[in-house]
Amino acid sequence: MLRIEDISKTFNPDTINEKKAIRGINLHLYKGDFVTVIGSNGAGKSTLMNLIAGGHPVDAGTISIDGNDVTKLSENERATFIGRVFQDPMAGTAPTMSIEENLSMAYQRGKKRGFRLALNRQLREFFQSSLEVLELNLENRLQSKVGLLSGGERQALSLLMATFTNPKLLLLDEHTAALDPKRAELITRLTEKIVKQNHLTTLMITHNMDQALRLGNRLLMMHQGEIVLELSEIEKAKMKSRDLIEAFARLKGEDFVDDRVALG
Amino acid sequence: MGIVIGSLEQGLIYGFLALGVYLAFRILNFPDLTVDGSFPMGAAISALFITKGLDPFISLVFAGIAGGFAGLLTGLLHTKGKINGLLAGILSMTALYSINLKIMGTSNLSLFRHETIFTPLANLSSFSYTIFLFLLVFLAKKVLDWFLRTDLGLAVRATGDNSAMIRSLGVSTNQTIILGLVISNALVGLAGGIMAQYQGYADVQMGIGMIVVGLASVIIGEVIFGTISIERVTLAVIGGAIVYRLVIAIALYLPFISPTDMKLITAMIVIIALTIPKFSLRKIKKNESTQKSFSNTVMPQIKEVKREG
Ligand SMILES: Nc1ncnc2c1ncn2[C@@H]1O[C@H](COP(=O)(O)OP(=O)(O)O)[C@@H](O)[C@H]1O
Ligand SMILES: [Mg+2]
Repeated sequence: MLRIEDISKTFNPDTINEKKAIRGINLHLYKGDFVTVIGSNGAGKSTLMNLIAGGHPVDAGTISIDGNDVTKLSENERATFIGRVFQDPMAGTAPTMSIEENLSMAYQRGKKRGFRLALNRQLREFFQSSLEVLELNLENRLQSKVGLLSGGERQALSLLMATFTNPKLLLLDEHTAALDPKRAELITRLTEKIVKQNHLTTLMITHNMDQALRLGNRLLMMHQGEIVLELSEIEKAKMKSRDLIEAFARLKGEDFVDDRVALG
Repeated sequence: MGIVIGSLEQGLIYGFLALGVYLAFRILNFPDLTVDGSFPMGAAISALFITKGLDPFISLVFAGIAGGFAGLLTGLLHTKGKINGLLAGILSMTALYSINLKIMGTSNLSLFRHETIFTPLANLSSFSYTIFLFLLVFLAKKVLDWFLRTDLGLAVRATGDNSAMIRSLGVSTNQTIILGLVISNALVGLAGGIMAQYQGYADVQMGIGMIVVGLASVIIGEVIFGTISIERVTLAVIGGAIVYRLVIAIALYLPFISPTDMKLITAMIVIIALTIPKFSLRKIKKNESTQKSFSNTVMPQIKEVKREG
């Protein structure tokens, strides 16, 4: 479904701020794969997603989705294939527009937009039944402005908007990190349910080790722009979050040693 | 009475301008200064075509198209040329001053003895202009309302509201910005064309300060008539334009104010509206919500990470 071949990305090349954010990553996702991604801050997780979604161009390498080479396509051209939810609950919705208008825009994902009225009874009924999945009673608030919703409600709506057209690839970037534990749990549960129901091929960044182990069928750990650990479903099942944190600490420890060497 | 009717008539003409400015400033969130050039451009085109013998209504179609081209220019400068939005508008406006002079061939083109859209109404009741203009601007409002509820209209609105989000749904925001500016300035060009026919001449200077007039109308309308829905706001800004004309007419009545003070008064109305907190509620709310989102998202992440490390 997703084939990433040897991509790399350097920010601000040839300046003092040069940052090799992604160093030669290869990754293949099969249809229906649900991959969790962990890694320390600055490891390049978000950059990897941005490269897949087309927010930044890659410096080298190719990306293809379901057999289509998208490496040269712009972000909005790739949107046909990709649903995305960000960490910031404000990022995925338009606050001054109503719930039904936001859903209508998402429903038109990647399609040509013309002078057809964006809402009609049929669509409203479809949106209502889609919103019921969230169990937040939003189906009875179709006309409410999205800006009036809580962060959790907005994130749930973003998740629905990213998924209900069955995109070929779902990208989740710490989409529960900005929420309080209870709401984060709700969004996690919804994510699991929606991904399972629609067999979505998913890449999910999380900083929660338990979540990374519990969800999905594969796990990646990133560090300094590389994938440093990859676990299959079976390996994942044997791991405890403590083991992961240890693996994590080991990587950081190396950094520490490196730094000392550099100083010495 | 004459003053009230005159203000109503001019207010309704400025209603087109207010709709255009509302679309650019509020819907698209784009501070478009092209208006000062597209308004006289509409006037120039309409006046030129009428003096060449074209039907006055059809001349207005061309006035709208001309305004649309002005918007297209600004949109291209901003999206393809990557020029700051304010500067792009100023560049268009400056260029249009010369272009308008070229279109007219003179700095003032009179429509004396030519038929205008008002000619058939001249001998009817004193309210005939008002009713006629109201129907015209109401039609424009209805079309704009409809557009803003279509798939494309939603994309334009989302471009001003959350452009990253609508891009992630497959919309080129470059295209929606250009489209919004084209429609906005087409409305402004239309306002210019109607104004030229109303006052009986087009003048190359008649665009100066139009952006502030449009803004004043939008702000006054929103404050007085409310912003509950799009349909309400598009009506409100037309009302705002009428109130604005009335305020100016009354101000001109005062002995210590002369016609040359008009632009100063207009600017003061906008300044007052923008600085009195109650009036700029919308802006304040926006800032609050962005601040909130910052502390909600960035802060917890920092805390989380500390806990883990
Ligand atoms: N737009 C950018 N410009 C410059 N540097 C960037 C940009 N985006 C990310 N970086 C840098 O690239 C590195 C990886 O960032 P990121 O992918 O956001 O990490 P993660 O999501 O794993 O925390 C960081 O050092 C970050 O500072
Ligand atoms: Mg990140």
